[in-house]
Amino acid sequence: MIQTDILIIGAGPCGLFTVFEAGLLKLRCHLIDALPQPGGQCAEIYPKKPIYDIPAYPSILAGELVDRLMEQAEPFQPGFTLGERAETIEKDDEDQFILTTSRGTKHRAPIIAIAGGLGCFEPRKPPIENLSNFEDTGVEYIIKDPEFYRDKKVVISGGGDSALDWTIFLADGVASEVTLVHRREGFRGHLDSVQKVMDLAEQGKIKLLTNAEVVGVDGDDHLQTLTVNHKQQGEMTLDTDHWVPLFGLSPKLGPIADWNLNITKNAVEVDTVDYSTNVPGIYAIGDINTYPGKLKLILCGFHEATLMVQSAFKRIYPDKNLVLKYTTVNGVSGF
Amino acid sequence: MSMIKVTVIDREGTSHELDAPTDMGMNMMELCKSAELPVEGTCGGMAMCASCHMYVKSDHALPEKSNDEEDMLDEAFHVSEESRLGCQIHLADDLDGLTVHLAPVG
Repeated sequence: MIQTDILIIGAGPCGLFTVFEAGLLKLRCHLIDALPQPGGQCAEIYPKKPIYDIPAYPSILAGELVDRLMEQAEPFQPGFTLGERAETIEKDDEDQFILTTSRGTKHRAPIIAIAGGLGCFEPRKPPIENLSNFEDTGVEYIIKDPEFYRDKKVVISGGGDSALDWTIFLADGVASEVTLVHRREGFRGHLDSVQKVMDLAEQGKIKLLTNAEVVGVDGDDHLQTLTVNHKQQGEMTLDTDHWVPLFGLSPKLGPIADWNLNITKNAVEVDTVDYSTNVPGIYAIGDINTYPGKLKLILCGFHEATLMVQSAFKRIYPDKNLVLKYTTVNGVSGF
Repeated sequence: MSMIKVTVIDREGTSHELDAPTDMGMNMMELCKSAELPVEGTCGGMAMCASCHMYVKSDHALPEKSNDEEDMLDEAFHVSEESRLGCQIHLADDLDGLTVHLAPVG
């Protein structure tokens, strides 16, 4: 069991800055994120894009902002549970929250701060009616272990780097047969990966179907055939053991929707006095919260985090008085 | 302020006629959001998600799609010849009468 003072859900900019502000009050933090790396949207969607509205930075790349926030949080030794989604919460008999992740990791803390941004990033699923019937029996949205596909027939869909890279990898003596299906003629992956895929297709080592789209899945207990719609040739059937649609990630509110929080339009309602939710001990900061006048800006999330930790402190130590100390006067002393 | 009229047909088929300013640097994703139509605009307008996918129904001559926009449409579903990302349609005077249909969420 991981014990901490503030359990932060979401390791984006807002969650990371919470570690710093909490650290100044000698509160320890642990972050949970469904993505395998910290930084949230900034790292996942637009690491190379500049941000112009961070005070004192006329321009900073999103990825660089994350690096600096990590550096700023570092003295306070935050813990991380990455690549796991916060799933369920319950209270124990000492009024502490027990949070369990999708992989069963348990965390215990008196305070939960939801800094979940847009929610958790999940694979985008093609809109095929009976697709969910095959989710454990032949359709996978992420390749976890390539050995799983040894000597199997595999169809991959998508036009980005992950589709190209896995096609190349599985075609190299792993899968017995690899087919790549892509909606357009052109690919958006790295040029050398695109070239390699073209070469493999020419050598007959993979089957490449462009201008085509998988529109149907079928099988008895396990996936057996895919229906592919080709722009020129019309519908055709492919025999396969596996289909791996790789269409990127999109954010979903996820399990926190079931935590009895007041939710409006996919955002958690908070009191702007301290960004507390309707559940005592649970706060929500950054893009995931909503209140009259809310602006989804990193800048505003930092402010919310700062006020939130003050309230969290008073909740943990009701008898202690809190005095605002300036870092310029006192410096930053880590743990 | 110069204004044009734009028609947005939502996913239920209801038509919304919107007044759209052309001098505020706005795009169709932002216009839909400001009218509280169900357009997510997750990435904020950088053509880095596909949550503002819409079909252009009128025959206005829109600028060609950028590579970024083409790439993102690859990750969308229900893509057709009429598909565009709303965030890449910048409101301008020559788009008066533009009609779009919101694509299904997927």
